[in-house]
Amino acid sequence: MEATNSQKIDYWKVTLSGIFKENAIFRLAISLCPAIAVTTGLKTGVLMGIAVVFVNVMSNVTVSAIRVFIHPRIRMPIFMLIISGWVTVADLSMAAFAREAYKQMGLYIQLIVAFASIFTRAEIFASKNKIVPSFFDGIGMGVGFMFSLATISFFREMLGKGALWGFSIIGAKPLLIMLLPTGGFLATGILMAFFNWIDIRFYGGKGAGGASGH
Amino acid sequence: MEKELTKLFEIFIASSLINNFVFTRFLGLCIFFGVTKKVETAVGMSITFTAVMMISAALSWVIFNFVMVPLDLTFLKIVIFIGVIAAFVQSSDTIMRKVSPGLYYKLGVYLALISTNCIILAVPLINAGEHYSFLEGITLGLGSGLGFALALVIMASIREKLEIADVPVPFRGLPIAFVTTGLIALAFTGFAGIITS
Repeated sequence: MEATNSQKIDYWKVTLSGIFKENAIFRLAISLCPAIAVTTGLKTGVLMGIAVVFVNVMSNVTVSAIRVFIHPRIRMPIFMLIISGWVTVADLSMAAFAREAYKQMGLYIQLIVAFASIFTRAEIFASKNKIVPSFFDGIGMGVGFMFSLATISFFREMLGKGALWGFSIIGAKPLLIMLLPTGGFLATGILMAFFNWIDIRFYGGKGAGGASGH
Repeated sequence: MEKELTKLFEIFIASSLINNFVFTRFLGLCIFFGVTKKVETAVGMSITFTAVMMISAALSWVIFNFVMVPLDLTFLKIVIFIGVIAAFVQSSDTIMRKVSPGLYYKLGVYLALISTNCIILAVPLINAGEHYSFLEGITLGLGSGLGFALALVIMASIREKLEIADVPVPFRGLPIAFVTTGLIALAFTGFAGIITS
């Protein structure tokens, strides 16, 4: 964030900060709803992640491109319109190209529009920066999100179905509980604790990741 | 008539218990984990939410069926529903502040959090997707609102106790809240299968 106003912005750093330091789910604990809803399989998790990357990048770029024309007092409705426009694009394309997955996660794709993580990026980054840094910021936040979804769904599908991406890999009887809503909450909670533990053990943090949560 | 009432009752039970927004559909989690630290806040919050959900279900039903369907604009439902809800919440915020400040300080403060919340937006979207009638739509709003209220109050009561519990350090804060929610969700799985149609 310090680099915001300087001439030279390290794109790599902007991207990385979204993936690890400001990871939406495990560190900031925002936009949690789909983290549990669509992570019963790696495939749906990753598809959702792709949709989020798309919306995040496109809305960041659009906001950044027209930022000089937006009057500060009406910026919120404008951001909302831009984001919901891109969500509609993602929603319709998903319905056209990924029919099977869409049946399962259609509602959650539409609800990307209410993601705090996308809205905050438009508000605190894209509306103040040029197009290229905003693009990378969108990629970073989106990929960070996708990474968390993929991690949660990896464990849930592996333990719950004994499969990955729909291919069976473990012969043993799976733990059905991981596919139930309960499993989603448990997996997310334990992974979050794990990230906190890493933070405390190796980086001397206080493990407050997500403690403020909203 | 009787059949319709049965259908309404089914929708009510299904949306409040079986498909509870928090424990089965995972909506409104941000609010759920954010405000459930005190029972008092949770109660105020859930009253506001239930009211807004019912009214926005009704408003968006009227707009969807009398404006969007005849004009063939249903593909714009996300944009339009967001606009309708935001406009409604904003105006009720202003009206409440002028007309009854006392009520505003009790319940209105939560309105600001609501306008772009996924749980509010989900009700019109589900209504539109399922082609519900007007009454069914409102019932869905009421049921989901009360289900959300139930979830908030249960969680807030547990978290008040958790504050004084000795939780392992990495689990403090949100992680333990997630694990607790998981266990409540397990209990709610028991409601599945109440309705056999």
